[in-house]
Amino acid sequence: MTDITNAPGPRSPHRTTELIAGTLKRRHAKEARLKWIGLGAIGIAFTMLFILIASLVSSGWQAFAQTHISVAVYIDPQEVPAENLPRGGFDDVLAAAMAQMLPDADTDDRATMRSLNGILSNGAQFSLRDQVVANPDLIGQTVTIKVPVSDPFDQLNKGLIDRDTIEQNRRVTDREIAWFDTLKDQGAISKPFNWALFTNADSRFPELAGLKGALVGSFWVLSICFIISFPLGIGSAIYLEEFAPKNKLSDFIEVNINNLAAVPSVVFGLLALAVFIGWFGMPRSAPIVGGLTLALMTMPTIIIATRAALKAVPPSIREAALGVGASKQQVVFHHVLPLAMPGILTGTIIGLAQALGETAPLLLIGMNAFITSAASSPFDSATALPTQIFIWADSPERGFVSRTSAAILVLLGFLMLMNAVAIYLRQKFQRKW
Amino acid sequence: MTTLAFLLLIVATIFGYFLNRIAARSIWNRGERLHSLTSYHGLFSALMVLVPVLTIMLFWLALEGRILDSLTMSGLPDGVLDGQGTGGLQLILAEIKSVSRGQIFGTPEDWKIAAADRYIALTRTSNMLMLIVVAVLSVAIIAFARSRVRVDFRARQGVERIVSGLMIFCSVVAIFTTLGIIFSLTFETYRFFEKVPVWDFLFGVNWEPQIPIRADQIAAEGAFGWLPVILGTIVITVVALVVAVPVGLFSAIYLNEFAPPKVRLVIKPVLELLAGVPTVVYGFFAILVVAPAIRSFGQSIGLDVAPNTALAAGGVMGIMLIPFISSFADDALSAVPQALRDGALGLGATRGEMMTTVLFPAALPGIVGGVLLAVSRAIGETMIVVMAAGLIARMTINPLESVTTVTVQIVTLLIGDTAFDNPKTLAAFALGMMLFLVTLIINIFALRIVRKYREAYD
Repeated sequence: MTDITNAPGPRSPHRTTELIAGTLKRRHAKEARLKWIGLGAIGIAFTMLFILIASLVSSGWQAFAQTHISVAVYIDPQEVPAENLPRGGFDDVLAAAMAQMLPDADTDDRATMRSLNGILSNGAQFSLRDQVVANPDLIGQTVTIKVPVSDPFDQLNKGLIDRDTIEQNRRVTDREIAWFDTLKDQGAISKPFNWALFTNADSRFPELAGLKGALVGSFWVLSICFIISFPLGIGSAIYLEEFAPKNKLSDFIEVNINNLAAVPSVVFGLLALAVFIGWFGMPRSAPIVGGLTLALMTMPTIIIATRAALKAVPPSIREAALGVGASKQQVVFHHVLPLAMPGILTGTIIGLAQALGETAPLLLIGMNAFITSAASSPFDSATALPTQIFIWADSPERGFVSRTSAAILVLLGFLMLMNAVAIYLRQKFQRKW
Repeated sequence: MTTLAFLLLIVATIFGYFLNRIAARSIWNRGERLHSLTSYHGLFSALMVLVPVLTIMLFWLALEGRILDSLTMSGLPDGVLDGQGTGGLQLILAEIKSVSRGQIFGTPEDWKIAAADRYIALTRTSNMLMLIVVAVLSVAIIAFARSRVRVDFRARQGVERIVSGLMIFCSVVAIFTTLGIIFSLTFETYRFFEKVPVWDFLFGVNWEPQIPIRADQIAAEGAFGWLPVILGTIVITVVALVVAVPVGLFSAIYLNEFAPPKVRLVIKPVLELLAGVPTVVYGFFAILVVAPAIRSFGQSIGLDVAPNTALAAGGVMGIMLIPFISSFADDALSAVPQALRDGALGLGATRGEMMTTVLFPAALPGIVGGVLLAVSRAIGETMIVVMAAGLIARMTINPLESVTTVTVQIVTLLIGDTAFDNPKTLAAFALGMMLFLVTLIINIFALRIVRKYREAYD
């Protein structure tokens, strides 16, 4: 009783406020620090994204144009006799035409003639040959052809070769630069849009290499992937969401699907190699195998998206349909599924976009082969867009660096298109219940 | 021929549908009360034809190649195959097939041309046989289904039973995929361990998968110890996490607590863009920009940096994982009940204090689950490391050196090689098995944490 007075009494409210006020500044500073660190982290992520896009664009945009040269070729009947077609000295004819445009070149020197021919792409003689074979009357006449220049001169024209480096360290000699400048002054050089990037298949020569084979291959792979994974995914999701009894087996399937979605893609490649190619004897490098493999990988994505879309349909719809006498399957297929379709399609497109960018399994089944023609069926050998990027990224020629970036830009373009469609579908058909 | 068989099947399906539907319709027109709607009678016939015949066709096509090959090879004259290994046999078969397609190089022996003729004949017989089977079965089933059309026939129940079966089949495909992965990996791994002792693989510190191709070739014996490979994988994974975890986590904290809703609406999708970029693009980014930058920076401060460092590959992989971690952490933070936030704020905590002392600890299990999933992604990630990491396995934890990973070895061992009879290609499957097991264990563990934690607050 006596020590009541000694017990610490309640602090005066004034003093508490003071105490807190003293720490408040520090505490607010701490909060601001946390906020700024968070902003900084987002800044880092954004910077990386920006550097990624910027470096691809800056190295890739040049590949969308290709330096061409117009040459007036006299098709000498001596070199190209009509009876010998399609054989003939088309390279000599071209070299002679080049020599005519460059008066200072010594036409008797074989090395000079060779380097003159080197200005033109290797494909020039073949495109000339095809023209002459198609129309043998051209022999003895002068035709003007417009062909790509070879890679070093393309680089020179695009300013990617520094003229100030010493001659030994450059891929074009001083003499060749002088020739090229002469040709440019004559107006023979042009730089149109590089349609060959989309209409040619792969080639060893950068100036001739295009994405047609890869685009066609990716088209087959994605089509097969869609045809297989879409029905399988929807069927499986409907069963699990609407019909499956709640038992051990259903639980097991569900856990299984979730884990399958997280299995590394290269393991699916091993599966395809051992089962599809090794046991079933399917052809290597073929889009059918790639499509099957990617379908197995995409299926979990579609299942998960479909289940979410089915779940979002309110129970009142089901109850109303059951109430007027529909069977359970009629409820699902006539009422729930159509309402869930926009969500399902969105999920499917996102899954297919992932499949389009998937590379590792395709490498294992051999879709990184060097193939110079587009596949005409899913059983032919083919490459796909991402594996083509991998092949080009591995190629030593300088010209392939910008082509790789260009191919990546094309791939990213397709991905953005698919995602835009998905977002549009979601916005347009999404219903709030 | 195959196309013709498919066309036939489609025609049969459509024909069956309309045949039954019209038959049911005519009963209905007579004024009798059908049990099922006419379209169900049609569907019953269509599904009865489509499902079994398509199954038979697919099985036929899957097994046809194998059987034709073995028939062709077994019909060869005695003695020509003596002393041939698996590779030699495959080569002969491939040659016979290319002769049968008319692609003849040089002058093949007479027995090869004879075999090619036999192969063509066998293929034709098989195709013919399939066409006949499809036609006969279709007609028989259509007739059977037509005979079932009666007033009291429960066509809807029949259709629904078939559809149920199809849906169950669809769900089981996922299980078959997992089983396929497990069986194929186990089978090839078992064959690998027949050639290389298990202990050498699990505890060996040398990874030199080059083996002599010919008997007299001077080459390394081949060493298959996976420790340096898994060590390299761990080094790159750690580098990736060092980049991704802090950046992802702080982004999530900002997005969850401090960002105004409108800013959040912009930032989140842009971050997701990073996740949508294909990994082959990140790989090219690593060799085009990041690796040269690290190398020149290292040289400017006097460090000798390898051209394909673990730092470049891991760093780029880290960038890829940022959105992964941030979205998991964001979800985990959002799942903490509002009451905990209100309580902390009501007691006078600042928003920063609420985040660090209440929300973050409460969300920690979910965040850990997300990070674990990111670890499994990093271990299984292939293209970035194939393009940007090294090929030679070293026992080092220095991120400035070049290291190799499990996935890199799988891809390099299998590119351009088809014969599954030497330890080099089989080693890839053993590595794949280990990769599958490690990621599976991490995934199961992580998914369990995430799920349990979500339930705790529901």
